[in-house]
Amino acid sequence: MSRMLTDGKDLLGIRELSRAHIELILETANSFKEVSGREIKKVPALRGRTVVNLFLEPSTRTRTSFELAAKRLSADVINFSASTSSIVKGESLKDTAATLEAMNADLAIIRHSAAGAAHFLSRVSRLGVINAGDGSHEHPTQALLDLYTIKEKLGRTDGLKIAIVGDIAHSRVARSNILGMTKMGAAVTVVGPPTLIPAEVEGMGCHVSYSLDDVLPEVDVVYLLRLQLERQSESLLPSLREYAGRYGLSARRVGLMNPEALIMHPGPMNRGVEIASEVADMPQAVITEQVANGVAVRMAVLYLLLGGGANG
Amino acid sequence: MASLLVRGGRVIDPSRKFDGIADVMIENGIVTAVEPKLKADPKVKVYEAKGLMVTPGLIDMHVHLREPGREDEETVESGARAAAAGGFTSVNCMPNTDPVIDNASVVRMLRDRAEAVGLVNVYVTGAITKGLEGKEISDMGDMVKFGAVAFSDDGRSIMDAEVMRRAMEYVKMLGVPLIIHPEDHSLSRNGQMHEGYYSTLLGLKPIPAQAEEVIVARDIRLAALTKSRVHLTHISTKGSMEMVKIAKLHHIPVTCDVTPHHLTLHDSDCVGYDTNYKVNPPLRGEADVLALRHGLVDGTIDAIASDHAPHAVQEKECEWEYAACGKIGLESTLGVMLTKLVGEDVISLPVLIDKMSCAPARLLGLDKTGRGTLAVGSVADITLIDPKREWTVDPNTLQSKSKNTPYGGWELTGRAADVIVGGKIVRL
Repeated sequence: MSRMLTDGKDLLGIRELSRAHIELILETANSFKEVSGREIKKVPALRGRTVVNLFLEPSTRTRTSFELAAKRLSADVINFSASTSSIVKGESLKDTAATLEAMNADLAIIRHSAAGAAHFLSRVSRLGVINAGDGSHEHPTQALLDLYTIKEKLGRTDGLKIAIVGDIAHSRVARSNILGMTKMGAAVTVVGPPTLIPAEVEGMGCHVSYSLDDVLPEVDVVYLLRLQLERQSESLLPSLREYAGRYGLSARRVGLMNPEALIMHPGPMNRGVEIASEVADMPQAVITEQVANGVAVRMAVLYLLLGGGANG
Repeated sequence: MASLLVRGGRVIDPSRKFDGIADVMIENGIVTAVEPKLKADPKVKVYEAKGLMVTPGLIDMHVHLREPGREDEETVESGARAAAAGGFTSVNCMPNTDPVIDNASVVRMLRDRAEAVGLVNVYVTGAITKGLEGKEISDMGDMVKFGAVAFSDDGRSIMDAEVMRRAMEYVKMLGVPLIIHPEDHSLSRNGQMHEGYYSTLLGLKPIPAQAEEVIVARDIRLAALTKSRVHLTHISTKGSMEMVKIAKLHHIPVTCDVTPHHLTLHDSDCVGYDTNYKVNPPLRGEADVLALRHGLVDGTIDAIASDHAPHAVQEKECEWEYAACGKIGLESTLGVMLTKLVGEDVISLPVLIDKMSCAPARLLGLDKTGRGTLAVGSVADITLIDPKREWTVDPNTLQSKSKNTPYGGWELTGRAADVIVGGKIVRL
């Protein structure tokens, strides 16, 4: 059971997972979701295992979610963040990994601004590695919790039409979700201005549209990405105002949608930019449910990778 | 009188369109006869070359020897050893050292170092602009006086077209070429790999083919304006190929070289983030690789050069984004080209030898000193190639101080058996 998740010790990206892997994780998450609802939110599955949160790029939400997940499985959690680590003093990631290995940590959860950092860490160390976001590359647990949420709310993923809207070019959430949603049988359209659509993205199995209004009437899920505000200074956008006008999900645009369709966002939201404030608070917006499911899904991933202690 | 008879090998000398079994007689460092079954004094030392190919010494016209400044990565000596081990009798080193080779004293220092090391001929390319800053042209006349054979701001393009134009004009009186690294830095800024499906999949900042092509286009037009000899180095895209081809049809004095890695590796190899595949220009797509191979066949590409770029372990063993660009090549180029180009019938052996010896000699003006040929009277720089030798690239056994090669573990057929430089067999 323990090594069923992937062929190795890691979760580096959705690209490395098959549909069967994803289904296993989602089923496992189902049983852990129940744990989070208990009064005593803890099971002993990973007692004695040590998990390191190696967050070399600021993140509160994802780090907290992983920390909770690990603690609810009774693992010991060490937080190692950019501001306190020796990485800022010029220590290489390889040396950091060797240090953690020497302390007999079992698994590192890495968040890093450079694409491929999780792959690199996996190559240079014996630690198990979970990619918690590497540059613009992947953020697999985000995609898994999104799939879990979609399945929970709509009962299926096969045959769904999903629009992912915004800065596709720089988004690891978009990449993991394009790969994950298509593997799970959904049809994905990415929507955004041409400056934010990366080259040959259709090769990943999605369609491309520049018009949100055209796409909205068709979709079962609209997934809004956070717009990094610095894109304006890189000649990618003229202004946030123009972006919000063309791609922001306003109440008027929600009116174009099927009333059953879900509105999703990985957080943190820029209210008034990619999503109007009143839209974020509508019942079809499942943004806080995504956060709740994140803990269960991350428990499942940790459990499957670390094998519940059965496999030392 | 030091004499050497290289006996019974297959002599391939594209400079004279010669290909056949012959003996090569060398006296005092000069080729004095190339004929079948030469009669020689029994006292003459014999190099038994049966089963080997005997070619004009190979010339790598684009290498980085890191001296001065990064002697931990490579030196003139380790680079010369790597060259000899890889079958090269001459190399031409680029000026992006620290300090930059932008004045006669650094040129002279390197020439002195090369002479002290011996082993192979080390030629020096000076910087076009002072400090490689692209602003003011350097003392090119002085540097030529002390032996510079070409000028280049390799690693960078001169983004100011006016400075480029004036450099092209100025260098005409010196009779040496400019070696252009074509890259529009405003289009490639922070770029990590070739723009296409794989850059999207990997989430790495893309570098479009056009970052190279707009400078290729600009500098071809400036060559047309100035009628100066312009050599475009490590061109890597189909678009660049097409433009060079047309420029040549119009008799614009443009030449170009291509690297072994752009002929054999693809952007898809970057999946997995192995930083040995991080090079500049980046590895391109399949259509580009095919176009480059075609350019070798139709003659658009003049030469093959390694862009040997040694880097210390810590500059490669890190996150892709932080890793240095470049790979070593002196010891793998011949084997990779024999295996992947000749072995797979892309080009013939004489064409390969032309691209790796005769053409670079012409481009750098070394033909005037009797290199890139085995004609009677030429300098006895000779590469002896064992075409059947099977070997595996092992980064740890290379002569180079650096180990950054993407060819580690490749099984190759064909490698240099020996090199003769100035009539002497080089022993490492």
